[in-house]
This record gives sequence, C-alpha cells and structure tokens, in this order.
Amino acid sequence: MSLTILLLLALGLGLAGWLAARARAWTFRKASPTGRLASLPSYHAWYVALWIVLPVLVFIAIWSAVAPGLVTQSVLAAPAADQLPAFGFQRQTILNEARAVATGAAQGVFNPLAREFVEPYREALSFYNWIGIAATLVIAFLGGAFAFLRLKPDFTARTRVERIVMAILLGASLVAILTTIGIFVSLVFETLRFFGMVNPIDFLFGTHWAPDPMSNPENPDATRYGAIPLFWGTLFIGAIIAMIVAIPLGLMSAVYLTQYANPRLRAWVKPTLEILAGVPTVVYGYFAALTIAPAIRDLAVDLGASNPSSESALAAGLVMGVMIIPFVSSMADDSIAAVPQSMRDGSLAMGATTNETIRRVLVPAALPGIVAGVMLAISRAIGETMIVVMAASTAANLSANPLDSMTTVTVQIVAMLTGEGSFDHPATLSAFALGFVLFMVTLGLNFIALRVVKRFREAYE
Amino acid sequence: MVTVVHENLEDTDAKMSARDVSVYYGDKKAIDEVSIDIPTRYVTAFIGPSGCGKSTFLRTLNRMNDTIPSARVEGDIMLDGEDIYKSGMDVVQLRARVGMVFQKPNPFPKSIYENIAYGPKIHGLAEGKDELDAVVEKSLRRAGLWEEVKDRLQDSGTALSGGQQQRLCIARAIAVDPEVILMDEPCSALDPIATAKIEELIDELNGRYAIVIVTHSMQQAARVSQRTAFFHLGKMVEYGRTSDIFTNPLEQRTQDYITGRYG
Repeated sequence: MSLTILLLLALGLGLAGWLAARARAWTFRKASPTGRLASLPSYHAWYVALWIVLPVLVFIAIWSAVAPGLVTQSVLAAPAADQLPAFGFQRQTILNEARAVATGAAQGVFNPLAREFVEPYREALSFYNWIGIAATLVIAFLGGAFAFLRLKPDFTARTRVERIVMAILLGASLVAILTTIGIFVSLVFETLRFFGMVNPIDFLFGTHWAPDPMSNPENPDATRYGAIPLFWGTLFIGAIIAMIVAIPLGLMSAVYLTQYANPRLRAWVKPTLEILAGVPTVVYGYFAALTIAPAIRDLAVDLGASNPSSESALAAGLVMGVMIIPFVSSMADDSIAAVPQSMRDGSLAMGATTNETIRRVLVPAALPGIVAGVMLAISRAIGETMIVVMAASTAANLSANPLDSMTTVTVQIVAMLTGEGSFDHPATLSAFALGFVLFMVTLGLNFIALRVVKRFREAYE
Repeated sequence: MVTVVHENLEDTDAKMSARDVSVYYGDKKAIDEVSIDIPTRYVTAFIGPSGCGKSTFLRTLNRMNDTIPSARVEGDIMLDGEDIYKSGMDVVQLRARVGMVFQKPNPFPKSIYENIAYGPKIHGLAEGKDELDAVVEKSLRRAGLWEEVKDRLQDSGTALSGGQQQRLCIARAIAVDPEVILMDEPCSALDPIATAKIEELIDELNGRYAIVIVTHSMQQAARVSQRTAFFHLGKMVEYGRTSDIFTNPLEQRTQDYITGRYG
C-alpha cells in the first residue's frame, strides 16, 4: 500500500522535474544568440528527472526493507508487550494477527491478546508511512535541486544522461550474474551443512539411496545417502536414452531442412520445430506418464517381462528425447547452414553426391557446432524436472535395464524438499547437495559447449 | 548480333561444344545463345567485364548451375559428342570428368592428404592405402605442391597460404583424373607471386587436360591461353586464337574492351 504511494510519488516528482528542467533549458535556448545549447532541452529534462527518480528508488528499496522492523519495534514498546509469550512462533502469530487487522486485511482477531496490539500497529504504520513520504520528498527535492542548479547553456547533459543510462544497462546485465552467484552461494552454504552431517565420500560414491526424514537428525545413517543411483538414473535417462532419441532425429531433421527441403517447406517446418521447444515440460510429462509409460509396460508384457514397472526409465527418457529434438536440430541446422557454400560447391564439383557431401564435408565441418548443441541439450535434459517427476519413479535403482523404474537427481530434490522432514534434517539438506552437484555438472557442460562454439566461429571468420 | 568466330581455328578437335546455349535465372536471361567449341589440347580463356555471364557459362559446362534452383539451361552442350543435359545423364560422372577450381580457394577443413584423397575415395579410383598414397603424391606433384607439403600431409588444408590452398584445390581436381578442368577466376584472391605460380602450373597442365579459365585480367588471358572468347552482356562477342584476339580483333567491342575503353 504505502509502497505503491511512494513509487507513484517518485514518478510524479520525476515528471515534474522533467518538465521544469525542459522549460529551463528552453529559456537558455531563447536567450542564447545562436539558439544552440551544448545539449538538447530533453537531455536536460532527463538529467534532472533521473537525479530525482534514481535516489528515490534507492531510498524506497532500503526503506521497504527497514520499515517493517521499525514498526514492530515501536509496537513492542507498547505496554501490552510484557504479556506476549516469549516463544517465537506464538509471539509472531499474535503480532501478525494484529497487523492484519490494522492494515484492514482481516476483520477481527482470534487471540484476545492480539486486540491489544491493533491500535499500536495502526499508529506505528501510519507514523512510518508519513516518515517514508516525507523522506521521499526531501530526497527528491535535494536530488532535483542539485541537478537543476547545474543546468547551464553549456552544460553537457547529454553525455551525463548517456552515462547514467549505460550504468542502468550495466546493472540490468549484472542482475542475472549476481543472481547466479547468489544461488551458488546459498547452495554452497546448505551443501556444507549437509556435508557436516554426512561424509561427502559416502554421498558421492555410495550406492544405496534411502534417506529417512523421520530418523534422528543428530545421527544420520551415512550409508543411506549414497547418491550414485541418482547420478546413474539422471545420466541414463537424460544423457543416454534421451540422446539416443534426440541426436539422430535432431541431426537428420537438420540435414533434411538445410540440404533437401525446398524453401517453402523449410519456412514452416523450422518454426514449427522451434515452437516445440516452447511447449511447457509439464505437458510432455502428462504425455510420458499417461501415454508412453503404459504403452511401454504393455509392450514389455508382450515381450515376456514378468513384472514390468509402469514408471520406466525408458518412458521418461523417450519423451525427454523428443523434447530435446528442437535444441539439437536448431543448433545443428545453424552450424550446417554456417558452413560456407564454397565447401559444398567444392565437393559437388568433385563429383560427390549430395549425400556424400553431407556426410563427408558438411557434417564434419559443422561438427563443433553440433557437439555444442548436443552438450547444451544434455545439460538441459539432466536438469529437466517435470517429465521425470511425472514419468520416472522415486525408487533409486542402480540398473542398466531401461524398463526398470529409476529416479533422477531432480526428482529426489523435489521429493526431499516437499517431504515431511524438518528443514535442518540431513534428508532435506541432501536436496541442496544434489542441487549443487547438478549445478556444477550443467555449468561445466555449458562452459565446454560455449568454448567449442567459440572455436568453431573462429574457424570461418 | 552474331558471334564472330575466327576462321583459322580448324586445326582443333573439340572436347566440349556448346550450341545455342541460353541460361535463365528465373525470367532473366543471363546467357544468350552461345555456341563455342572447347579444344582438347589448349587453354581457353573467357574474358569480359563483370556480369557479362562468363562465369555462368563456365558453370553450365559441368552443370554446377544445377545447385541454383531458379537456373535453367537451353541448347546443347556436348562432351565428346554426348549431350550432358540429356535426361539420364549422370551428373556425378560428368563432374568427375569435368573438374572445377573456384574463385576463392575452398579446401575442405580436413588434412592435406584427405583433401586430395576425397575424390579418389568417393569415385573408388584407388584400392588400398598404397594406391591412394600414390594418387595423392602424383596429384600434388602435378600441382607443384609436393615439395612444399610432403612433410606435413596430415596438417589441415586450411592452414596453407592462399596460393598453396588454390594449388591444393587444383591438385584435388586433378586427383580424379578429369578430362576438362574449369577454372573460375582462380587467381583473383591471390597475390602476384602466387598468381605467377598458378599460371606456371596451368602452362604445365596444358596439353594433358582441356582447360577453360575465366579471368578478369587480360594480361593473364594473354599469358596462359591459346584461345580466347570475349563475352559481353550475356553474349559471346568474339572467339579466336588468343594472339589474334589481342592483336587483331575483328569486332569493335572487343577492340574497345582490350584497349581498356570499358570494363
């Protein structure tokens, strides 16, 4: 509520500054004998507006983090605070109830004690609301005045505005990188906690996976945390079965589309394939769980398997392979198309057929790009969650039989985090260790893939 | 306007002959009724200003225009009396007999050895490693490249210098033992020294293969060829002995071009 007001206030003040600065710049322009300024009036306007809006936004960001704490503190200064229970959870519930009533989100309280706090809350909220608005106004005024007083006919507002815009763009690109680093750090932190309870050697090389979230968290049984069956299941489903489907089909479709298809067919087949990449994976998951898995079980029965699982690694892998086809095909398509026409001409002029040209010249020349595409596809496949959650099982089997049920790292992460174990139990924390391993593996694959693509680009430029 | 063909050419037997050949790109006529005999034992040069159709015509001689969907060829082109555009013609066999070297050196991103061995392998010309080695050596020797690369046959063909790459491409074309070699401005991407080497090589190959070379450079045509055809605006204007074309052209437009009045 108050946040919206502050944001609107910031924008309104920014607009006012913009208009004022532009009017000021126009007066310079009229006064100047040549009618020329160092920068156009609109740059003066943006300069002032940015000086108003940016400091205010920074303030709002800080204020919205600090203000709730200040409110709570002043509420706790109320006389009724002595009666609050000391235990954190109950205490918090009462305060939350009072706060909900004070802001109008709830009609009444269940806990009679909470009623005592409604009025202090209401007062504190409105007090700090006004403080926020006042501070916003002061900051906007200071920023605006500072910028406005610097406006002069020869003031280089344009270069300054462009520098600010550049900084904003830099910030935007840093957000993604900083987020990745943040994810990494939080993963490392939780992973270290887990490794404090379970020996990393047992985790990375053990072959038995059966964490018990109900066991005593003080003394976990390290032999139940062997993640090898999960790594194997992930590899078997994502990197083996899925790739056996995706690599040949993706490659063949790329070869057909670049070398044989007439332009009109290509014009609609290629976008259609790329749309496949946009289908939500949960939809593929339905398909795998409801159609493919039963079909494979029936087939296994027909082939004489005694007791086939309805949640086979094969079903998840096949559907995942189909999902990955567009990635492989699109990268392969691009890299085959990037092989210079002169290579193709050279081969055809030697009397090679189209087929020989593709097999012996185009595909080898495009191989780095194709390999990179496959690596990116693998890293996507092993990080894929929905299909395996729906179609693979949670039973950690170490088996080479694709008809067996298997589980993957991502399935176990979901299972562990949504299980009934408490948050500091090693069974729950194992999800972070699994996530960390997955993160490192996909990061490594992407890194290698990008290096390969880079070398491949240099080859023809 | 009719092509002027000099009358003192009766000493040659034709390896390839074109009769009333027209080439269209879509609706646009790029070549207009060209008739020419390509002699067996000589180097024939096609000269003319940019866009005159000389490269287009060259590419009809081994049907490389087939790779351009909108291109269409009318008229007859004979190789040893056989129509190469007849239905049922094996383009693969044709291109093995009529090889081609391109404007920009285009070695495959494979080793030098593999570049040469490519053609013999796909056409099954060599049995076993020894025979293939012999073909590779012979082709590289004929292209004058053997001494320079014999110690690094496994290096990538793309690592050679531009002139060496072009000689590698010529060696690659020779390796399938063609009867005709078409060269589409083979020196236009090379420096003068590399160009001189290629011209020397063309001289050495002359007589063993029928060679057709498209060139922008009139000096080059004068140096390496015995027959010259002048193309202008999709038509073949004049065809005769190179010495006659350069010293005593019969057509005013040829005269204008070789004296540098246009082009």
